[in-house]
Amino acid sequence: MRTGLHAVLAAVVLGIGGSALAQGSTMDEITKYREMLADGNPAELLEMKGEELWKKPRGPKNVSLEQCDMGLGPGKLDGAYAQLPRYFADTKKVMDAESRLVHCMVTQQGFSEAEATRNWFSKPGRNSDIESLITYIGGKSNGAKIDVPARHPEEARMAKVGEYIFYRRSGPQDFSCAICHGQEGKRIRLQDLGNLTTRAGAGTAMGNWPSYRVSQGTVWTMQRRLIDCMRQARWPEPNYLADSIIALEVFLQKTASGTVMQTPGIKR
Amino acid sequence: MKKPLFAASLALASFGAHAAGNDISAQAEEIFRSSFRSDNPKYWMTRLDQDDAMRLCSQYKDNPPPKVRVQIEKAQRATIRYPVDGKLIGDWKEGEKLAAVGTGGHIGFIQPDPPGRLRGGNCYACHQLAAKEVAYGTIGPSLQHFGKLRGNSDEIIKYAYDKIYNSNTFNACTNMPRFGLHNWLTPEQITHIVAFLVDPESPVNKD
Repeated sequence: MRTGLHAVLAAVVLGIGGSALAQGSTMDEITKYREMLADGNPAELLEMKGEELWKKPRGPKNVSLEQCDMGLGPGKLDGAYAQLPRYFADTKKVMDAESRLVHCMVTQQGFSEAEATRNWFSKPGRNSDIESLITYIGGKSNGAKIDVPARHPEEARMAKVGEYIFYRRSGPQDFSCAICHGQEGKRIRLQDLGNLTTRAGAGTAMGNWPSYRVSQGTVWTMQRRLIDCMRQARWPEPNYLADSIIALEVFLQKTASGTVMQTPGIKR
Repeated sequence: MKKPLFAASLALASFGAHAAGNDISAQAEEIFRSSFRSDNPKYWMTRLDQDDAMRLCSQYKDNPPPKVRVQIEKAQRATIRYPVDGKLIGDWKEGEKLAAVGTGGHIGFIQPDPPGRLRGGNCYACHQLAAKEVAYGTIGPSLQHFGKLRGNSDEIIKYAYDKIYNSNTFNACTNMPRFGLHNWLTPEQITHIVAFLVDPESPVNKD
């Protein structure tokens, strides 16, 4: 399956780089490719693995994650991802899906934070439990409406912090998120760019994550996605689960609220 | 040359502080800054520093009021430096290569660029240029037939050079990077891209 995927991807990428295909037909190819995979998103394998990890007693305390509260009550996962990030009274913090999951792994299963987050993303030859668990948790919101009204003062504050970061320019290319994602109908090379300042644009961007990334051969979580945006902006690297990333998520999820999640997605 | 720039910076700084007056900005800046890995080398962290233009453009979401716009453009104009031999038009073939290169400058621990990775202008990310390259972005305007449409007078050549060196000279808070100001491209490399734009033999002006 992998080899097949990469072969098609290689064809798509080469098409973009060269001049064999007109840009219209390249985008058509990508759309066709997405449709082809719609019945067999490789992310489904991670979803299954994530479910197993969720239900299996693990860690120094040898308990499962089934009593983890992702915001809707202990063990309630249906629609939970779609209403994150949110304020949690027990930690007095605004947390996203990943920081909440790690919180449960630490407090309920007894992992140290370092152990829990050591493999927060996968590499060839290195699996990531977090990637699988988040794919599973995200999938439980497939079809749910994104609902992050950010009414709690801490959530409202984080939404504003996220907005500030979205427009903040710096680095050797003068970048901000808004440079590429603040206008309608633009593309970089042949890649369409979502306007993340509108509900529809933010909805398309946020509703598909976690997403299988064909070019990476694995699922990316939202933290992975946003940390890579900062790399692309030529900035230094944020900490995993950093407040700046969670703030951006609150800002984007608030903007996307009302749109329907389709996850796990498939992206370039 | 140095002095007026410094004075302009001061004027901008005080203007900015006055217009900000917003508590959330200070909090947000603190949260953003403290979110980076502590083992990022110091010289990487300087990439988060903002000059007056960056700070004001962020503050006004890239749409500053006319007065601020004029001040930014004036201060940015004063930063432009030219090649020692004064020649602003180079080799369009070199410029063509630079226009296509989008790599370089990535830092961090996950996927940094290898040392010495070629750094280009990445023009095609945002602009249409030569007709044969169909994989062009649309964040900036099409520059196809740039020289054919505008000619290659000294004014046009200087305009193209200045625009690439410091885009904010003409349009404060534009999406376009300030390639010369940041030493992303050398003055010599900029002259090659100028040639790619205006030389009648360049593929930008053919077809």
